This record gives sequence, C-alpha cells and structure tokens, in this order.
Amino acid sequence: MSLRVVWIYPDLLSTYGDHGNVLILERRARMRGIEVETVHVRSDERVPLQGDIYLMGGGEDRPQILAAQRLRNDGGLNKAVAAGATVLAVCAGYQIIGQEFGDDQDRPMPGLGLIEARSGRGQVRGVGEIVAEVDTQLGLPTLTGFENHQGVTRLGPSARPLARTVVGVGNGDGTEGAFYGKIVGTYLHGPALVRNPGLADLLIAWATGGPVRQLPPSWADRLREERLAATRPAPTG
Amino acid sequence: MDRKGIMSQLPLRAQLATALGKGAATLSRVTGRGDGSVIGGRIGLVLEPQLLTLLAKQRRLALVTGTNGKTTTTRLISAALTELGEVATNAFGANMPAGHVSALAGAPKAEYAVLEVDEKYVPMVLGETGASVVVLLNLSRDQMDRATEVWLLAQRWRNALEGSETHVVANADDPVVTWGAATARHVTWVSAGQRWKEDSWCCPECGNHLHRDDPHWECKECGFRRPQPTWRLEDGTVVDPWDRRLELKLQLPGRANRANAAITLATAAAFGLDPIRALPRLHQVTSVAGRYTVVERHGCQVRLLLAKNPAGWLESFDVLEPAPGPVALSVNAQGPDGRDTSWLWDVDYRVLQGRPVFVTGERRLDLAARLEVDEVPFQMVDNVDEAVFRARAGHLDVIANYTAFQQIRAAYGRVE
Repeated sequence: MSLRVVWIYPDLLSTYGDHGNVLILERRARMRGIEVETVHVRSDERVPLQGDIYLMGGGEDRPQILAAQRLRNDGGLNKAVAAGATVLAVCAGYQIIGQEFGDDQDRPMPGLGLIEARSGRGQVRGVGEIVAEVDTQLGLPTLTGFENHQGVTRLGPSARPLARTVVGVGNGDGTEGAFYGKIVGTYLHGPALVRNPGLADLLIAWATGGPVRQLPPSWADRLREERLAATRPAPTG
Repeated sequence: MDRKGIMSQLPLRAQLATALGKGAATLSRVTGRGDGSVIGGRIGLVLEPQLLTLLAKQRRLALVTGTNGKTTTTRLISAALTELGEVATNAFGANMPAGHVSALAGAPKAEYAVLEVDEKYVPMVLGETGASVVVLLNLSRDQMDRATEVWLLAQRWRNALEGSETHVVANADDPVVTWGAATARHVTWVSAGQRWKEDSWCCPECGNHLHRDDPHWECKECGFRRPQPTWRLEDGTVVDPWDRRLELKLQLPGRANRANAAITLATAAAFGLDPIRALPRLHQVTSVAGRYTVVERHGCQVRLLLAKNPAGWLESFDVLEPAPGPVALSVNAQGPDGRDTSWLWDVDYRVLQGRPVFVTGERRLDLAARLEVDEVPFQMVDNVDEAVFRARAGHLDVIANYTAFQQIRAAYGRVE
C-alpha cells in the first residue's frame, strides 16, 4: 500500500512548524508498512492531481491572499477533492478552503469553496492553548493544540464543526474547525497532528480506504497527556 | 566638543529625571531585583517623556536590530567604536526605550552610543534619537505568539527609513531585510550570508517565488533583486570596499558570529573608523551576557549557547563540538520564550544523530516528541548537571532558549 502526501505551498504557508504535520503522517503511515511519497508544491508550481492527502498550513495576511489567488487559478486542489482526496487545512489554510475570508482590512476575499465556511476578522486575537471535544461522529479523543489567529469562522449547513471548544477561541462561537466529507479544517496551528495522533490516523484511514491498526504509545502521547493536564480547567464542585 | 557638559546641558527636568532613574536603578541592583537597567529608564521616561531624545542629542548613535545576533553585534560594534572614544551601550539586552534611557544616562560623557533595539521599536527609537546609523542584521520567524510577522516588520522599517538621512548597514543576502532597507537613501550593503531561508522563499515586494542561487536572489516577476554588496564575508575573511582582505580571528564561534563581525566592520567604517583599526577589538570579545561562556562542572567544560528560534538553532548546531561530542538541549515556553513550541518542528534535528543527546527544560516532552520523529536517540534529564554526570565527557555543549538559558546561567552563578 502507498500514500501520496502533497504539501501545498510551503514557501507561502508554513509559518510555524507546519512541516510537523507532514512528518507525523509519514511516520505513522510508515510504521504500518505503508509506503509514503511526499511532494512539496511551491507556489510557482502546479498542484498535482494524484495526491491522497493534501496539507495546507498557516501564513501571514499577504501570503494567505497570494496562496488563495494561486490555488484558485491553478484549480488542482479542487479537482483532487472532487476525485475524493483527503485534506487537512490549518489556520490560514482553513480559511482558504472556505468560501471567503477577510484580508488585513477585513475585506472579503474569495476562497476555494471546498467547504461551506466564511471567515472574517474577529475583535481579539486568539492566542494560547486550545482544548476541544471532537464531534462524536468522528470517534476521536479530545483535541489539544495551540492557536494564534484573529479569524472568526461561520459554517454553512453542509459543514459540521470539528469540535466544541473547552479552552480557547476556535471558530469564535464555541466551536472549533470544520469537516465535510474527507476535508478537515482547524485553527489548531502549525503541527496540529503531533498532539493529536488520532486525527493523523483518521486522515490515513480515509486516504487508504480502511481502518488502521493501533500503534504503540509514543512520546507524543505523553506530551498530549501533559498538555491536556496543564490546560484543562480544574473540575469544579 | 566638551563632553563633560552633556548632563549640565540637559534641561532641569531631564537632569532630575535622569538622577531619579539612576537612583531607582541602584536600588533595584542592591536589593537584588535585577540589573536596574529597565526600572531606572522607566522612571526617567515617566518624569520626562522626551528623555531619550534629550539624552541622544549631540552623540553619534548606532541602532542594531534583527531577529538574531542583536546583543552580540551590539557588543562587537561597541568594542570597535571604543577605538574612537567612550561608548554608551545597553549591554544587557534591555532593548526597549527604558533600557536605552538607562544606557545613555549611565554614560553621560560618551560621544558614541550603540543601542540594541527590539525589531518593533526601530521606527520609534529612530524617530526619537535621530540615530546616524541603523544596522539591520536578519529577519526570520520568532515567538509568533507575541512577536510581529516578518513582512509586517520589514514594512514598518521601510516606512521609518523613507526619506531619512540615516546611514543604513544591511545584510543584502537576506531578501526581507533588503526590502526593509530599500527605502533608505544611504545604504551600505553587506554580503553576510543567510543560512535560514524558510521565511524568504517569496518576493517581499510582489509575493512571487524568488529565484535563489546563493548568495544571489532575484524576483523574475517584478525585478526586485539582491543589491550589489560593497562588503562581503568569504568564509573566515571579510573583503572590504577597497578590496582589502581582513582575516577574522574571533573568539566567538560559528558562521553567524563571522557574519556579525562583517556587519560590525562595515558599521565601523560608517563611523569613519578604519576596519583595520577596529578588527583587533573584535578579536578580544570572548562571551556576551553569558552566551558562549564555558563553565567548569565536575571536571566537564560546559559551554552555554543561546538559541531562541529556528534560525538561531540552525546556527548553533554549526558551532557544536564535532560528533560524538555530547549536547544537552533545554527548552522552556514562558512568556519571553513564546508560549508556543511549534517552532521545534521547523528545526531539523537529524544533524544530532551520532552523538549523545540530553533533553531538559520545562518543555522537555515537546523536545522528546520532536526528536523521536527525527529518529535522534536521547536521554531525558532533570537538569544540566545530570547531563554532565551521564555524559562522562570532558566537554558538553548546552543549547537553550531564553528563560531556560537564564535558569542555567543563574544556577551557575550568573556567569558572564
């Protein structure tokens, strides 16, 4: 079995440790005997159509606008999704896969429309640890990560929130991220999969078309427990 | 000019503000609260908001900024300018206006001043001091939960330098720095190298992918390109505009410090100092506020390296003792470090394979998870001394980020 991972525009959308998501997918797939080929697509290159998992990271305002324009002109990612590809889009990438997002003056900019979501600029910047309980439909444990964004996102009826926020800002209305089909968007920035190996495994399962076997615990699991313990509000009563 | 007079030339309120600020600084020092350089300046600025401007008058100032190497380069330029006369400087890295006020108030007779400036404060401090020289080292991602994005910073530099008579010394090999300096009227371009390129693959002017053929870079879309440098660093040698080759024999290790030295020599020249006279002064600098200091622990030479962001970690790997020399890594995520450890995933740790690696610090589990993925074997320890015991070697390099570094330094008696 093999897996083709496509990392979209690391030259524009790789603000903070986004490479971590590529590394985690590679590692967790290879540990299961799945061969992985990773393609880094620069912003002056065409997006290949044959990928299994497409990753998009975070970026500053200007790179985000440029990346969205190029991806719209390129059209490759939309075609790949139409053909059934899996997508993980983080932070600025999450906003780009929606229908529109706000630029630095909060003027609406067109996104890729892969998911029914509209993003704009919020009043305050959400910076800090985030904890969120995932939609039971996905069967994943609690999300833990770090967010750093000023976006607010409203979902349309076809998209579901990825999770309910326990600590942090997320979409700005008590929910965090979104999913639709095999597309996941999240405000957990940078290496979101490091502390959420379950989400990494879900993407691999979607892309390979079957359940994946459990892996032995890793240092990332201990990190995950430590962060959850440090961040979760103390139980009351 | 009569230098004795600078204090008595200050308006009365500024004299009072300076005196009270100094008193508070002394109090802070003797009560063990700190080195006093921030509190004293703060009090002075409350009493006289124009104090920085008044204290900067009639001096020749250099402002030094960039993501990495600010403190070290400030030290190197101060050392060089000592050749010309007394130099006021914020040697302890207090790089915001309160620290600048303290530094200037503490050296009233100094005709020269070299001030390290936080990247965000460059427009303000340039405006207040009218500095004659601004030194722009590099720009890369750094503690993004509290710092500003790099293109935005460069845009602010552009605005501040537009129409200014200030002489800028800038690294032409860094596209974002070049863009930030490009509005200035007078620029000395230095080819000081750029190892970390992850924040400058795209043209800061138009956003298209940059064509890079190190050290040259160019945007094929809008034509923005690397300016022709008049100074260049070639391995261990600086070539000056008169084609003289100045051989660096620094005690500070690594490529990054050779780059800092090249920029220092160009800055010295901007002050009218012959780089040949400046060079021996640079060779005398051994450590900078604890950075590169060697401490003896139980028969082991422990060398302390500070690295605060991915570009800094990349440069510090360059100065490690060759493998199998052991290394300890220590990471915290307190406010000054940035509370987000995502940046660990921007560093390629595979270069550490083949040597004993120890991980410590408040966020050692983040390091463990990172090294596991890069397949770098490691041991987790509670502190650097435990790494010393386990390493059983004559030398141990320690790379730590900001508060982790300060904790180690404090444990070893605030070593300089």
